[in-house]
Amino acid sequence: MTDGGGMDIIITGLVLGGTYALIAMGLNLQYGMARIMNLANGEVLVVGAFVAFWLYTAGQVSPLLTLFVVAPLAFALNWLIYRFMLLPLVRRAKSQGQLEVDSILVTFGLSFVGVGLMLAFFGGDYFSYSYLARPVRIMGETYGLNRIVAFLGAVVIGGLLYLWLERTRPGRAMRAIAVDPKSARLVGIDVPRMSALAFALGGTITAMGGALLSTYLTLDASTGVLFTLKALVIVIMGGVGDLRGTIVAALLLGLLETFVAAWIDPGLTLAAAYLLFVLILLFRPQGLFGRKA
Amino acid sequence: MTPSRSEAARIGWVVLALAAAATLPWIGSSYYLALGVTIATFTVLATSWAIFSGPTHYISLATAAFYGVGTYTTGLLIETMPYWSILAIAGLIGAAGAALVGLATLRLSGVYFVIFTLGLAEFVRQVLTWVQNLTGQKGIYVLTQITEAQIYWQLVGLAALVWLAGWLIGRSRLGFALRIIGDDEEVARHSGIDTAMAKVLLFMIPGAAAAMTGAILAPRFVYIEPAVAFSPMLSFQVVIMALLGGTGRLWGPLVGVIPFTFLWEAISSSFPNQTTLLLGLTFLLIVYLLPRGFVGLFLDLRQHGGGTFRRAGA
Amino acid sequence: MTMHPTVLSLRGATKRFGGLVAVNALDFDVHENQVLGLIGPNGSGKSTTLNLISGALPATDGEIVLRDRDITRLPPQAIARLGVARTFQLVRLLPSMSVLENVMAGAVFGHRRRWGRAAETHARKMLDRVGMGRKLHLGIGQLTYIDTKRVELARALAGEPRVLLLDEWLAGLNPTELEEGVALIRSLRDDGRTIVLVEHVMDAIRSLCDTCVVMAQGTKIAEGTPEAVLSDREVIRAYLGDDDA
Repeated sequence: MTDGGGMDIIITGLVLGGTYALIAMGLNLQYGMARIMNLANGEVLVVGAFVAFWLYTAGQVSPLLTLFVVAPLAFALNWLIYRFMLLPLVRRAKSQGQLEVDSILVTFGLSFVGVGLMLAFFGGDYFSYSYLARPVRIMGETYGLNRIVAFLGAVVIGGLLYLWLERTRPGRAMRAIAVDPKSARLVGIDVPRMSALAFALGGTITAMGGALLSTYLTLDASTGVLFTLKALVIVIMGGVGDLRGTIVAALLLGLLETFVAAWIDPGLTLAAAYLLFVLILLFRPQGLFGRKA
Repeated sequence: MTPSRSEAARIGWVVLALAAAATLPWIGSSYYLALGVTIATFTVLATSWAIFSGPTHYISLATAAFYGVGTYTTGLLIETMPYWSILAIAGLIGAAGAALVGLATLRLSGVYFVIFTLGLAEFVRQVLTWVQNLTGQKGIYVLTQITEAQIYWQLVGLAALVWLAGWLIGRSRLGFALRIIGDDEEVARHSGIDTAMAKVLLFMIPGAAAAMTGAILAPRFVYIEPAVAFSPMLSFQVVIMALLGGTGRLWGPLVGVIPFTFLWEAISSSFPNQTTLLLGLTFLLIVYLLPRGFVGLFLDLRQHGGGTFRRAGA
Repeated sequence: MTMHPTVLSLRGATKRFGGLVAVNALDFDVHENQVLGLIGPNGSGKSTTLNLISGALPATDGEIVLRDRDITRLPPQAIARLGVARTFQLVRLLPSMSVLENVMAGAVFGHRRRWGRAAETHARKMLDRVGMGRKLHLGIGQLTYIDTKRVELARALAGEPRVLLLDEWLAGLNPTELEEGVALIRSLRDDGRTIVLVEHVMDAIRSLCDTCVVMAQGTKIAEGTPEAVLSDREVIRAYLGDDDA
C-alpha cells in the first residue's frame, strides 16, 4: 500500500478517514439524535458490504449502483429494528440511564444475531472483490482508484446529509431533538417519529459506508465490532450530535491508523482507536469541540 | 459485625454445597467432569461480573480480555515459576489492569466504560500477536501434570473466594456505598462518597477473577494462541448467564449458569454452525422477557406471596 | 458579629453557563453559629450559589474557602467530607432503603465518619432530633411530604457538618407543616449550627436569619440583618415584590 513515506500516508489516511466519517455520521445520528447507543452498527456496515460483494460477484453490478439498493433496504431494516425492538425499551425506560443500559444490551445481542445470520448465509470466509483496482497518480504518488472513488462517494453522501440537516425542515427538527428532546416536543416535533427516522437514516448511512469500504477492504462476518468500536470512538471524540466534530475526528483516526499500519504493524488496527480514546478520556471527555458542562 | 444465627446457618449450607460439588471428580464420568469445569468457570466469571455490574449498572464486556491475559500469564511463566505463585500473579495483573481501565473510564458516564471494554479483548489480542510476530513466536505450549480434576477443584475454590469477597463487600462500607450509588449517585457524592474510587475498587474483582480463571484453565488448552485465549464470545456468554440468573443476589449468576450450560451443550451439539445466532436470540429473549433474571422472578413471587422483603447486606 | 469566626467565605464566586452569567462575582462570609439567608427572586442565582458551595457545579471563577481551606475546585464528595452537608431543592432520598438507612448514609460517609453500631445509634439520634424517631423502619414510599424533608435533613445532619446548606427546605409545606418546619430549623439554630438557607418564605427568613444576602440576576444587591434588608424599599420593590407571598 505504502512504503512508509510522508505524503502518501497522509492522503491514504485522509481517504480512509473520509469513509470512517460517513460511518460515524450514521452512528452519530443514532446515538446523538435517536439516543440509542447502537452496538450492532458495525454489523449493519458488514451487511452493506456483503450486498455490494454479492451483487458484484454474481452480476457484475457496480458498487456505486449497489448503493441505491443498499440504501432502501438498510432504511427499512433499521426502521423495523427501531420500531419493534427499541421503541418498547424507550417506552419502558424510567430514566435515560435505564434506556442506555437496555439499548446497550439489546443492540449487543442484535450484533451477535447479525453475525450469526451472516455466518449462516455467507459462511465465515473473508470476502473481497476487485473493483477499479487500477493505480491513479496524485501528486506523484500512486493510489488505488477504488479508494479514491469510495472517498468521493463518502464525500457526496456526507455532503447531502449535511445539507439536508442544515437546510430542510425535517433535518432541523432532527437536530432539535439532538439538542433537547423535551423542548422539541413542545414546539410540535413528533419526537418518537423523528427518532425512528434518525435511527433508520443512521443505519442507512452506515450501510452505504460499508458498501463503499468493501471496494478496497477485506471483510468477514465478524469484523463488524471493529467498525462499531472505531465509529463509537469517533463519535465520542467529535462530540455527540456534532457532525463537524465527527468529520474531524474521523480524519484524525484515519490518519493515525494509517501511520500505525505503515510504521509499526498493519495488524494493529485497533491501536490507533484506543490511543485516541485514552487521550480523549483523559483530556477532553466532552469531545474535541464540546464545552465543559 | 459478627454474623447472626440465620447467616451462620446460610454459611453452613454454602460450605456443605461446596463440599458436595467438590466430590464430582470421584463420582462423575469425564463428560460430567468437563461439564463441571464449564459450570465452575462461568460461575466464577458471571458472579464476579455481577458483583461489579449489578450495583453500578455498568456493563463490562471485558471478561475475555482479562481471561486471555490470565491464560498468557500461565503460558509465559509456567516454565520458570511455581504454579501457585502464577495464580496469584495473574490475579494481581488482572486487578491492576482493571484498575487502569477503571481509572480511565469510571469517573465518566457508563457509555465510555462500555465502549472501552467492547474492543478491549480484540485490542489486547492484536498487541500480543504483534509482540509474538516481533519475537518470531507463534503460540505457547503449556505442558503440565495438572489433571482435569485439579483444575475443577481450583475453580470451585475460586468460586468460593468470589462468593466470600461478595459477601464481605456486602457487609462493608464499600457495599453500603454501592447501594447508595445504585440508588442515587448525586446523593452519594454529596454524602461524601468517592463514587469513582468505589467503582474502580469493585471493578478489580471481576478483573482479578477472570485473569485467575484464565490462568487456571491454561493447562487444559495445552497450546495457547491469541485467537483462542481472547474469544469475544466469552464476554458475551458471561453477560448472558449473569443476566439470566439476575444480579441482585450473590447466588443469582449461579442460577443462570447451570441451566444455560445445559442449554448451550444442547445447542452446540445440535446446531454447531448456528451457535452465534442462537446465542444472540437467547440473549434478546432474556433481556425482553426476564429483565431482572431469575432473582427478579423470585423476589416478585416472594413479595406477592406476602413474605417480607429484606435486602441482604446491610 | 465579629465575635463569631468565619467558617465559609465566597470571594468573587462566579458561574457562567455559556453566555449566561448565573452568579456574578459574589462575596459573602458565613460566621460560626449563625444562620445566613440567601434571598432574591426566582432565577437570581441562589440555588446555583448553593451548588457552587457544595461542589455540585464547578465555579467558573472566584474562590470559596471553608475554614482556611480552598474548596473551589474540589468535587462534592471531598467538600462533604470537609464539612459541608446539604439538602436538595427537590427532595432526594434513597428509594430502596429504609428511613434509618437513608440517615446512616450521612453518618457513615459524612464529615465525621462512623461505622456499624455507632453509625446506627447516631442515625437514630438524628432521626429523634427531627421528630422521626418512631418511623425508623418505614420505606421511603410510605412517608408524607414533610417527613421526606425531615429524613433528608437528618441525613445532612448525621455527618456533623460544619456548614449546613438548606435549599428551599420549607417550600411546598402546608401552613401547619410550615410552623413545625420553622420550629425545627429554629431549634437547629439554637443548637449553634451554622446554616446557609435559600428561602422564599419571608416570615421564616425574619425569624430565623441573623444575616441576609439579597441576590438579583446573579449579583449581590444588599446584605445585612433581615429587618434592615427587608425594609429597604428598593429591595422590596425591585426584587421581592411578587415573591413576597
